[in-house]
Amino acid sequence: MLNLTLKVWRQKTSQDTGSMETYDAKNIPEEASFLEMLDIVNTRIIMSGGEPIHFDHDCREGICGSCSLTINGVPHSKEKGITTCQIHMRKFKEGDTIWIEPFRARAFPVVRDLIVDRSAMDRIIAAGGYIDVRTGSAVDANSIPISKMDADSAFDAAACIGCGACIAACKNSSAMLFTAAKVSHLGHLPQGQPERDKRVLSMVRQMDAEGFGNCTNQYECEAACPKEISVDHIARMNRDFTSALIKEQLIS
Amino acid sequence: MSFVLDSKIPAGPLDQKWSKHKMDSKLINPANKRKFTILVVGSGLAGGAAAATLSELGYKVKCFCYQDSPRRAHSIAAQGGINAAKNYQNDGDSVRRLFYDTIKGGDFRSREANVHRLAEVSVNIIDQCVAQGVPFAREYGGLLDNRSFGGAQVSRTFYARGQTGQQLLIGCYQALEKEIHKGGVEMHPRTELLDLVLVDGHAKGIIVRDLVTGKVSSHAGDAVIMATGGYGNVFFLSTNAMGCNVTAAWRAARRGALFANPCYTQIHPTCIPVSGDYQSKLTLMSESLRNDGRIWVPKSKETAEKLRKKQITADQVADDDRDYFLERKYPSFGNLSPRDISSRAAKEVCDEGRGIAPTGLGVYLDFRDATKRLGESTIRSRYGNLFQMYDKIAGEDPYKQPMMIYPAVHYTMGGLWVDYNLMSNIPGLHVLGEANFSDHGANRLGASALMQGLADGYFVIPTTIANYLATQKPGSASVNDSAFKQAEEETNSRVNQLLGINGKRTVDSFHRELGLLMWDNCGMARNKEGLEENLKRIPEIREEFWQNVRIPGAGNLANMELEKAGRVADFIEFAEVMCHDALSREESCGGHFRTEHQYTEADPEVQSGFIASGEAKRHDDTFGYVAAWQYNGNDQAPTLHKEPLIFEDVHPSVRSYK
Repeated sequence: MLNLTLKVWRQKTSQDTGSMETYDAKNIPEEASFLEMLDIVNTRIIMSGGEPIHFDHDCREGICGSCSLTINGVPHSKEKGITTCQIHMRKFKEGDTIWIEPFRARAFPVVRDLIVDRSAMDRIIAAGGYIDVRTGSAVDANSIPISKMDADSAFDAAACIGCGACIAACKNSSAMLFTAAKVSHLGHLPQGQPERDKRVLSMVRQMDAEGFGNCTNQYECEAACPKEISVDHIARMNRDFTSALIKEQLIS
Repeated sequence: MSFVLDSKIPAGPLDQKWSKHKMDSKLINPANKRKFTILVVGSGLAGGAAAATLSELGYKVKCFCYQDSPRRAHSIAAQGGINAAKNYQNDGDSVRRLFYDTIKGGDFRSREANVHRLAEVSVNIIDQCVAQGVPFAREYGGLLDNRSFGGAQVSRTFYARGQTGQQLLIGCYQALEKEIHKGGVEMHPRTELLDLVLVDGHAKGIIVRDLVTGKVSSHAGDAVIMATGGYGNVFFLSTNAMGCNVTAAWRAARRGALFANPCYTQIHPTCIPVSGDYQSKLTLMSESLRNDGRIWVPKSKETAEKLRKKQITADQVADDDRDYFLERKYPSFGNLSPRDISSRAAKEVCDEGRGIAPTGLGVYLDFRDATKRLGESTIRSRYGNLFQMYDKIAGEDPYKQPMMIYPAVHYTMGGLWVDYNLMSNIPGLHVLGEANFSDHGANRLGASALMQGLADGYFVIPTTIANYLATQKPGSASVNDSAFKQAEEETNSRVNQLLGINGKRTVDSFHRELGLLMWDNCGMARNKEGLEENLKRIPEIREEFWQNVRIPGAGNLANMELEKAGRVADFIEFAEVMCHDALSREESCGGHFRTEHQYTEADPEVQSGFIASGEAKRHDDTFGYVAAWQYNGNDQAPTLHKEPLIFEDVHPSVRSYK
């Protein structure tokens, strides 16, 4: 059993000013997950007349991308390649103080406490992160062979769960890794070629319009990514973007 | 109210029913499509696919989900794969075989026509997903790879590492976002359905609550589609996401929709065992692990005891002292026996006191022999991410010691009753995916949930919904109708009632209490005594809930306790119907195992060696029907309506995997 101190960001609505509050977290089983630790603390808060700490969570197995806590200053904690829900308390020591904050970015307004609004990421996908194929119009799946290497690279990029840790980890709140992962996933596949230029231009422009910052090559995004997506995809996106921009200007 | 359960199954030979039905289905003029508004609740594979496709066709769509983005629906968590009768492996697969396997796997409790249609459209799904850019696993020649999965004797499962659900959902989500961008779909994330609105007996709208502002509002449409998933969280602990709930389906049931076969729940054999009472959910380890892992417990209780107390480790147990119970009982299917059979076998050996894990509720899944045969690097490439996931959760390295697993609630085959058009008995209300009851009978085969969700959403509903819409005048319902005002008022007063109780127990404590009761008496094995006990206890829990639950905070902002409370209140009511169904079904079939109905040494089938004693015993003559339950209020028992299952093509047989 662990006895911990929590410093938690509390903010009632997006309009309120928030503050860090202190909670005792006593007798926490080491086998519990980080979110189960918060469940235990919340039960105690409720029973003593308070309002529980709000946070986003759903699948609790690292795939839905809902959970989004900054733990001791690092999105999803300093453990490599995991989401908040996959952290177990055995990683902490007796007497530790844990700082818990939301994923912070200008484009991620706080909804309540540790919950932020990440809909800007949906709008980046909506701007072009897809292959426009009407249901029912597809050819036989094996009619377009794809080399295993390309398929595997596409997969590596497609593993993104859209949690936003890359953005929260970046000092510029850049969404480059998130956007690049999608550009790269679809750009690796033959099916993605017809819209390749249009896709990268629309997505990058949407990203800028949402207020995400630029990339200054610090690679904090890759370090924070629970799926360990490589920053190489950003280079690939920049190349695609430049080439698409030139083509666009030549045509117009 | 009286019901005629007309399944509307088209006439004609089984393999021509769907083609004929498509031909006979109504069409809506392209210029008229935009006048129809369709409300889609849920954004997983079924809901997302339906919303995107209906919008592509030109309908106006509004889509609702409780998550912050449609990309997070629980379909995302499916690991293993998706079945399709492509026969790319040339190993004898066909639409016919996928159909037969699904019917047999469902223990002959599903509709032939629906299942055949599912097998037919399975091939289109793979084409569609590949065209969307879903990165399925490929061979070096560039073609799609397949594997055998969950008891199938052909390799018909397409997969994307251990993240097939994620990749399929992202493909579907991207199609949905494309339509949102084009203006065809209006998306409402962080929005929860709290009631269904009927106008002149037709489903014409919904009441929702904005989970950020707390605002309750009405949406009117020409038809409603519910694709809201299953009810596995009635057990509190399950592999479902924390937010999965029965509220949408249950609210529809309260408005008169029939709930079919609620007692059919699937227990997945390979989950990480429970470790403590603070536990919030269970984690599934993909069934694909059973392709190479061997499942065992020690032969003797004494050895099991030593393993539980960690006096010895698993690798110290000699081969002669191990009981590979699935291989022993089911020699031809072995570790790949279907989910219900494997789960029950694990429960049996644990009940005998031979279970491992500190709680005694666990069996080994061992890769020692596969590692010897294939080498560690092959095992790593096949299951690396799963082994890593296990290590993170259990804190043990599965390359060194076998995994510990135990069955957990995973999927629910029951759901709202629908006809061949996927429309419920309430005109206009259509139900897709796990939320309906239609395709999996009493047990679902592995890699078939993704298939059904996408089949319903991409290929079935876009055709069949026109049969309803063609009878309707577009835009006939308005949120100013009295039915909406009244439903909105009822919803607001229910929310206020919950907030006003201010009792002494948390929502979770009620949920946990209900879940434990359901697991013990309506879980992997059920009997009359236990079910009657539940029917006595559940109303007591309900009573106390409405007097003693504590929900802090207000209704006009994000309030997670309030959200949970509404869902748990519905689970409590629903659980009663589930127990009624389990009690009235005096047979064992698929996921429903009544201890009173099993094969014994006295049965000729056991004596002849065809089936082992202890297997599920169906009673086709008396129970060969779909049980559709009508809710009559909390004070009265629900009414049972029966849809007989007619088998024209296959002959129900004893499901032997020996």
